[in-house]
Amino acid sequence: MMLGRICGTVVSTVEHPFYDGKKQLIVRACLPDGNFDGDRYVVAVDLVGAGVGELVLVEDEGNTARQLLDTPDAPVRSVVVGIVDDVTVGGA
Amino acid sequence: MKLGRVIGTMVATVKADGMQGLKLLIVRPLTADLRVEGDPFVATDASAQASSGDLVTYEASREAALLHNPWFVPVDHAIVGIVSQHHYTDDEGQS
Repeated sequence: MMLGRICGTVVSTVEHPFYDGKKQLIVRACLPDGNFDGDRYVVAVDLVGAGVGELVLVEDEGNTARQLLDTPDAPVRSVVVGIVDDVTVGGA
Repeated sequence: MKLGRVIGTMVATVKADGMQGLKLLIVRPLTADLRVEGDPFVATDASAQASSGDLVTYEASREAALLHNPWFVPVDHAIVGIVSQHHYTDDEGQS
């Protein structure tokens, strides 16, 4: 899984039928301190109603995504699976 | 999925079984804010309507193979859709 921040949205009129009606979010990978991890990003399908600016948990693996979407042949790899409330590194 | 820009087309008459009839496009990968990132690659077109100059989303590896009908064709990059609206902000980068 990947920690990321939602930086934008993508809307496509012409697309694979699987993606019809599914919200697609641009998520840039974040380090635990909240800074971006270089240019690393994914366009992920939203499962939790997340919005731009939020810190989220992204599942970036196809089999997991297909399991979450309950579709064994879905052509999808990245899904937003959680909205992060707080990150703590090192206890304290 | 990732973002890319279609920069050309490719035609191959002789193709492996399973790739017959698939449109081949040359795609340049982009960052989240649409800067060029890395070298172009060849992708098949699962949106069926992408052409040169279009901003597209693409999927790589196994998911690309699942995008076509019949599914599981031998491809490693495929275009998912043509982007009609791209909204980007990195204001929240520092927290």
